[in-house]
Amino acid sequence: MAAELTLDAGVAAGRSGPLPERASVPWRRPVDAVTLRRSARWWTLTTLAHTLPFLVAAPVLFVLRPVTAPIGIVLLIHAWAIPELYAARGAGVLRLRRHRSASAEQRAMLMLADLVDEPNRRLYSSTGLVTAPGRLGTWVLGEAGALLVRPGGRRVNCYCVRVPDAGLPAADRVAHLLLALRCDEPGFATVANLTFSGAAWRVRRRLRPEQRAALTAARARSAQLG
Amino acid sequence: MPKLIRLDQTGHTTLAEWTAADQAALDAAGVAFRRELDRGYFGIAALPDGTARQVRELPADAPTVILRRPIAGG
Repeated sequence: MAAELTLDAGVAAGRSGPLPERASVPWRRPVDAVTLRRSARWWTLTTLAHTLPFLVAAPVLFVLRPVTAPIGIVLLIHAWAIPELYAARGAGVLRLRRHRSASAEQRAMLMLADLVDEPNRRLYSSTGLVTAPGRLGTWVLGEAGALLVRPGGRRVNCYCVRVPDAGLPAADRVAHLLLALRCDEPGFATVANLTFSGAAWRVRRRLRPEQRAALTAARARSAQLG
Repeated sequence: MPKLIRLDQTGHTTLAEWTAADQAALDAAGVAFRRELDRGYFGIAALPDGTARQVRELPADAPTVILRRPIAGG
């Protein structure tokens, strides 16, 4: 637990220089708390714009012509499905991939174990994920993506971010993301592609059952920040 | 003993180990470090307090220096 607390201080202190990968996305504004709040509002507005027309049209049609009730039901299903599909896309960043070499995986896990504390070692063994506290919230890192649980624990941003080397073991991929995050948290969030921003409960439902423990731990930590 | 470690397809590979008293080992580690930077790796000094720092030169006092590949949005 002590190691996790010192990591928090290190990420927040921003000791390192900017992530070199930032140069590959020069058009992106560096991510900070303000840009995260703005993108969260944008996601909420977009979702409303996609679902409200269906939610309004269904009862209006029914009032005008009750015979259109089946169409109204289809519209309501659409309104329910659209945010669910977005959330599924977001949760998909933590999808586990199949790897070939068990020995390489074992060596990579030893390396990752040196980088994280005991609770995260146990978490990785059971979920394939690790958590990392930061200034923007609490991160859940997988091998090809990351979740950022914002302070308060209610909103989650899902990012697609990975090492473009198909031959790396899963634990090495997580270690890559963890090291980059520890060096430059805003840079890490800038380089990563945002795939979803919304309610944590929506994402949680779309995770594999064993992975939900990682999100629960990150939410608990972020709730303290909020 | 400080180590230079590369994250690669074998899990990880220890490229060099050195001590402050062993200048030859430190020089060899520096050569290995620069060679990997030229191959596109990035150097990260993993510090004892659990933090990490991007480095362009081999820091002799860091307990572990890790070489990683660039990351990218998927």
